Amino acid sequence: MGARYAFRFDQSACSGCKTCQAACKDRHGLPVGVLWRRVYEVAGGGWERVGEAWHSDAFAYHLSLACNHCAEPICAEVCPTGAIVRGDDGLVRIDRETCVGCRYCAWACPYGAPQFDERSGTMTKCDLCAADLAAGRPPACVSSCPMRALELVTIEDGADAAGAATFPLPDPALTSPGLVVVPHRDAPRAGPRTARVANREEVAP
Amino acid sequence: MTATHLGPSAHALPGERLVRVGCPAHNCGGRCLLVAHVKDGRIVRLEGDDRPDDTPADPQLRACTRGRAYLRRQYHPDRLLYPLRRVGPRGAGRWARISWDEALDLVAGEMRRVRETYGPGALFVPYGTGSYSQLNGSQVARRLMNLTGGCLGIWNSYSWAAINVATPTVYGTLQTGNQRQDWLNSRYILLWGWNPAEMRDGTNSDWFVKLARERGARTVCIDPRMSPSAVSLADEWIPIRPGTDAAMMTAMAHVMITEGLVDAGFVRTHCVGFDASQMPAGCDGEESYRDYVLGTRDGVPKTPEWAERITTVPRATIARIAREYATTKPAMLYQGYGMQRRAFGEQVVRAGCVLAALTGNVGIPGGWASGLANQPDGGCGWYVFPAGENPVKASIPVFLWAEAVLRGKGMGAEHGVQGAERLASDIKLIYAVATNCLVNQHANINRSVEILRDESKVEFLVVQDQFLTSTARYADVVLPACTQFETWGVEDGWKYGEEVLLMPKLVEPPGEAKSDYRIGAEIAERLGAGAAFTEGRDERGWVEWCLDEYRRTRFPDLPSLDAFEASNAGLHVKPVTRPAVAFADFRRDPEGHPLDTPSGRIEIFSKALRDLGRPDAIPAVPKYIEEWESPFGPEAARFPLQAIGHHTLHRVHSTHDNNDWLAEAFPQRAFLNPLDAAPRGIADGDAVKVWNDRGATVLPCRLTQRVMPGVVDIPEGAWWAPDAAGVDHGGNINVLTSERWTPLAFGTAQHTAMVQVERA
Repeated sequence: MGARYAFRFDQSACSGCKTCQAACKDRHGLPVGVLWRRVYEVAGGGWERVGEAWHSDAFAYHLSLACNHCAEPICAEVCPTGAIVRGDDGLVRIDRETCVGCRYCAWACPYGAPQFDERSGTMTKCDLCAADLAAGRPPACVSSCPMRALELVTIEDGADAAGAATFPLPDPALTSPGLVVVPHRDAPRAGPRTARVANREEVAP
Repeated sequence: MTATHLGPSAHALPGERLVRVGCPAHNCGGRCLLVAHVKDGRIVRLEGDDRPDDTPADPQLRACTRGRAYLRRQYHPDRLLYPLRRVGPRGAGRWARISWDEALDLVAGEMRRVRETYGPGALFVPYGTGSYSQLNGSQVARRLMNLTGGCLGIWNSYSWAAINVATPTVYGTLQTGNQRQDWLNSRYILLWGWNPAEMRDGTNSDWFVKLARERGARTVCIDPRMSPSAVSLADEWIPIRPGTDAAMMTAMAHVMITEGLVDAGFVRTHCVGFDASQMPAGCDGEESYRDYVLGTRDGVPKTPEWAERITTVPRATIARIAREYATTKPAMLYQGYGMQRRAFGEQVVRAGCVLAALTGNVGIPGGWASGLANQPDGGCGWYVFPAGENPVKASIPVFLWAEAVLRGKGMGAEHGVQGAERLASDIKLIYAVATNCLVNQHANINRSVEILRDESKVEFLVVQDQFLTSTARYADVVLPACTQFETWGVEDGWKYGEEVLLMPKLVEPPGEAKSDYRIGAEIAERLGAGAAFTEGRDERGWVEWCLDEYRRTRFPDLPSLDAFEASNAGLHVKPVTRPAVAFADFRRDPEGHPLDTPSGRIEIFSKALRDLGRPDAIPAVPKYIEEWESPFGPEAARFPLQAIGHHTLHRVHSTHDNNDWLAEAFPQRAFLNPLDAAPRGIADGDAVKVWNDRGATVLPCRLTQRVMPGVVDIPEGAWWAPDAAGVDHGGNINVLTSERWTPLAFGTAQHTAMVQVERA
């Protein structure tokens, strides 16, 4: 237990521009179809015609997600080969030598973080730009955000993670993610019956 | 929770060279800094601005997703590597590789032949923004033309046609904007059709709105589409029927007038034409703005009820926004540009400016005069590279190039011709550099290519680009240009930027590709103007020349090129600690600092427009005018939906369409409201055909609540991909758009288009 890294995501300011996603792909040389960082568009609401006027309660917001380097990583729990390990530094890593590419971790992770890379035949995911981090530099996604809506912070285990339950995120109690979300004003309106991920094809290629 | 304090991100790996470089400019709306990692003659990574400080006065210029994904374009397998000559009919897509000598001899020979046969006015360099640094792009072709006898000129732009012309009719200038650091003083911001999160409109403009909100400004976005700006920058989104913004603005004026919310003192001392008491000389008794709004003459009071029927915005909402904007001081009404690329696009520009005047938001910190809003300190310098003087004085509006091909000889002022009574020739030779405006980006593609196919009209078409674009497919000769990473360049901030960005050559071009400048120089050499063209300078030498020019005009502390390059800073910034406010002098002393309008005042009523004698299309006061294609006309029976084409982050116009990372991030889709999809039996993800009498495009749809009913949104710029029957499968909206131009600015009205949608 103790301080660990977390992404702090200001959802209220995220425009969904996906600069973080491109910066990540550039930093790690990722091919199409491998998205260590993804941006979900959540949308809901509808329209009503009243006379000549349109009344709308439509809403939308974004969710930029990578790997949350959970304190209780379920990906590691389900990995049959023990390829996924949470290190002393709090970073959850996949050992590509040990990984057999079975995708159990992708099915288990409620954040969609592990991504199969056909080139290596293994699972891959965000490593928090560990090499940069070790040298005192921020992850590529964090320094890229044109809205300055993504930060790397340190949190104490057990810190209030209420925002990290914003739809469609799971209950953070499941894995204790390193994720702090400042919710968009419309996030409280969103739930399984009132909103949906509107850009599914863009986040799950 | 604790913020981490990490240093700058850029760091070279073994064998890498780090070079700070201006992001290749493609008219994206921003100018950002990249840190290129160069290894073994190849760019291997692109990072963003890594300066440690990030302040409003001197913010980091963080590149967007397109800049960060640039290497997918830079090293695309489809890059043009050799000159090509067409074999077979024009547009058939069959090519033969030729040598540079053969290609340039042919081009120079045709330039000479056309000039001698038809005169210099038969040569034409179209509008183009595909490469946009000082040393890359169409301006080097203009220099070539100007030094070898001239060519038919152009005026205005596709982007800002109506706003360029309409803004000065109110204010006498285009410099109507406060510097962005002043936005932090605003209490209320209307993002009216304005979407900086996606179309940029200056690097960091979206971030400055965020800062203004953090300081307490309330923000409202008015747009047919819940844009990324509506989602991330606005407290409220108000959907409005496309093409009716001027109606809502007029109704807001009605609320202000009838509820006593007009800043009467400011209007009295600084404006003309608001009411009968202040009509310009010679216009007494004419319809004032107040007359129009209240319906004194036409019997139609422009109430919120009136506007609700037109705009679909609830009347109570219109009245509320009018009150909020009029009573929250200071306030900004920032106009986007999409709504002026429409039929009668001049009206919405003038109507917005008038609202700013009626509320007294002109010339004060935190206010905003509306209109184009270039910078009062002279920013937005565009070209300093010397294209020279065109010996041909005649010019056409950029949007009317096809008319000048069809019936150029004899075209005159009725088609916007300037500098000559009539054109002396049709266009016979086109040298298209860094432009896709002949096909992909121009209105009514099927008409455009029909015109280009006719070899008796345009006899010779040269296209110079990095890919075989839709326009290049109609070329007789294609010249492979290098990217901006492969030659020298320099640029200044886009609209707002107080910086100069250096673009050193990073890597060699692939194949035989050359810089736009080098190609121009080699053609000039063949036409006997080689020395005049180069003046002994190479690309780097001209960058040095441009730096001298910047230093002389706007950036007195700009270092020498040698020092600039050695520092590897990549940019030179003039921090803004005391943001300029447009019209501050005029505000303080309208007699001593009159505007450059005929009256010296803000012209709510324009006598100059009145004197044009076309009140139905160019009224003296801004009016809502029903568009020539609209949901209200008979055309709506067959084509009931309005098509709009937003600027997507997938592309910069048509540039980057083939970038696979960006296509993955923002696949090309027709966005449609479920209420329009259901009766057509269309489900999310279905392929749909969007069509009208001008053409058809087939692409997958996405059903979304973020586009209002009655509207189909197809992001502009997708590469036209016709099948044998002429149906496009690339999702290009311009098979649907009309070549009809706006009445005053002769500008594009491509967003005014009615269509039908069905399952494909």
